[in-house]
Amino acid sequence: MSKKFLILIVLICFFGVYNYLVYTQSQPPTKPLLSTNALQGQKLWQDNNCNSCHQFYGLGGYLGPDITNVYSLKGGDFINAMLNSGISTMPLFHFSDLEKQNIITFLKEVDSTGFYPDKKSIIHKNGWVEISEK
Amino acid sequence: MKSKAPLLFIITAIASLITAISFGIIATLQYVQFDFLKPFLTFNKVRPMHVTGALSWVLLSAIGGIYYYLQKDGLLKKQLLVSYHFIIFLLTGIGIYTCYALGIFGGKEYLEFPPILIIPILIGWFLFAYNVIGSLLNGFTKRPVYFWMWCTGSVFMIYHLSEAYIWLTPYFKDKFLANTALQWKAGGSFVGSWNMLVYGTATYVMAKLSPTSGVGTDKKSFFFYFLGLSNLMFGWAHHVYLIPIAPWIRYFAYLVSMTEWILLISIIYSWKKSLNFNTTIENKVVIKFLSSTDKWVLINLFVALLISIPAINYYTHGTHVTVAHSMGTTIGINTTILLASIAYIVQKENPNFNFKLVLKGLTFFNIALILFLITLLVAGASRSQWMYALEPSAFAAMQYKLKTVYLIMAILGSLLTTTILVMVLPLFKGLMKALRG
Repeated sequence: MSKKFLILIVLICFFGVYNYLVYTQSQPPTKPLLSTNALQGQKLWQDNNCNSCHQFYGLGGYLGPDITNVYSLKGGDFINAMLNSGISTMPLFHFSDLEKQNIITFLKEVDSTGFYPDKKSIIHKNGWVEISEK
Repeated sequence: MKSKAPLLFIITAIASLITAISFGIIATLQYVQFDFLKPFLTFNKVRPMHVTGALSWVLLSAIGGIYYYLQKDGLLKKQLLVSYHFIIFLLTGIGIYTCYALGIFGGKEYLEFPPILIIPILIGWFLFAYNVIGSLLNGFTKRPVYFWMWCTGSVFMIYHLSEAYIWLTPYFKDKFLANTALQWKAGGSFVGSWNMLVYGTATYVMAKLSPTSGVGTDKKSFFFYFLGLSNLMFGWAHHVYLIPIAPWIRYFAYLVSMTEWILLISIIYSWKKSLNFNTTIENKVVIKFLSSTDKWVLINLFVALLISIPAINYYTHGTHVTVAHSMGTTIGINTTILLASIAYIVQKENPNFNFKLVLKGLTFFNIALILFLITLLVAGASRSQWMYALEPSAFAAMQYKLKTVYLIMAILGSLLTTTILVMVLPLFKGLMKALRG
C-alpha cells in the first residue's frame, strides 16, 4: 500500500472517531432538550425562513436582530405583539394563536440554553474565550 | 463523440452567477430601503435566492471544469452520466427557485428549500463521484494531487450534504445546541469539500500551463493536500466558538484552524516562480486571474487567521466581518480560480478568442471588490461596537445609523456586479460558440 494512501486511511479513521465523539457529546448533558411544542415552533421558524433575517448565537441573517435571549429580555407578550403586527422589515405572517404560542415556547427554550451576546465571557491571554453558563 | 454537457454545466454556472449578483443587489437595497419590493420579494426569499445562485456558480463551474478536463485528457469513462447529472441538477435548481419564489421553505440556513429536494442533489453528487472516481481508479495512488482532490472532494461533499440533514433523525431532533453545531459542522466542511474541487481545478490549470514545475506531483503538493483535508475534517468549529457546546470541540477547532490557508498560497507561490516566459505570454488571461487569486488569498488569509482567534472572533462573530470573510473567499478566491479555469477552457475551444475586455474587467473587479469588502468591515465593526461597547440601544436605531454605510455598500455592489458582467459575458459568448461548434 502506498504511503499516501495509508495517510488517507489513517485520517479517515480519525475522522470517524472524531465524528462519533462530536455527534454524541456536542450537546452537554446539562442543556435542556426541546419540548414537543417547541419543536412545532421550530418547524414554523424553518417553514418561514426566519433565519434569513434573525440569528441565534450570532448565526443567521443580519437584517433583523439576534433573538437568542429575546424571551428573557422582552418577554412573551412582546414577541406575541411583534408576530401580530409585523414591522417595516418583517412581513406579517398571519400565524394562528396556537402557532404563535409554539413559536414563543421555542424561543423560550432556546433562551434557556445560554447567552448571546455573552457580555460576561472571560477572555484569556492565550486568545481563548470562556463563555458563561446559564 | 465528446459530450457537450461539461460546457452546459459551465454556461449554467455563469447564469447562476448573474442570478446571484442580481439578488445580492436587491438584498442590499432592502437594507437601505426596508420595504423595497416587499410586496413581491421579501428578504426571506431574496437571501436564499442570492445564496443558492452563489453556491450554484461555484459548484457547477467546478463540476463542469472537472468533467471537461477529464474528457479532454481522455480519462472520462461515462460520458452519458454527465448529461444525466446535468439534467438532474438543472431540474432540481428550477424546483428550488420555484419553492423560494412561492415562499415554500423548510430547511436550515443555506439549504432553505424543502428537505425532500436534497435527494436529487445527492443523486447528482453520487453520479459525479462515481464517474470521477471510476475514471481515475486505475493507478490512483500514482496520480497527481488534483485528481486526489477531486475524488476526496466529491466523496466528502456527499457526506457533509447528508450530515446537514442529521437534524431530521430522532436522536438529534430535540437537541437544539447539537443541531446548531452540526449544521455549522456540515456547512463548514461542505465549503472545505468544494474548496477541494476548486483548488484541485487551480492546481490542474497551473500544472498544465507549467508542466515542468512539479505542481501537482511533488511531495509539497501532497503535504498541503493532506493539510487541507485535515482542515476540511476538523477545522469547522470556529463558527461555533460562542455556542455552549462541549468545550473540547471548540479547543480542538482553535488548534486546527490556525493551519488553514497556508496551503494554496504556498502552491501558487512556488508555481509562479517556475513559470517560463513563453507560457506566461500565451496564457496571459489565465495567469492574470490566478495572480489575482494569489492576492485575495493573502488578504483573506489575514482576515481568516484573525477571526479564528476566539478573542477576536468574540467581537466579529454575528457581524458583517464574517460576511466580508465569506464574500472575500467566495468572490475573491473561488471566483478568480473558476474564471481562470473558464478562460483556459474558452481559449482551448476558441484559440483566437479576444480576452481584452475580460482583462479590463478584472482590473476594475479587484478594485471594486476591495472597496466592497472594506465597507462590509466598517458595517461589521459598527455592529460590534453597538453590541459590546455602546450603551444599550434599539436594534432599529443601530440599523438606521448604518444606512449610509449600506447605501455605499449597494453602490459598490452595483459596481462589482458591472465588473463581473464585463468579465463573464464575453466568456459566456465564447462558451456558447464552443457549444454550437
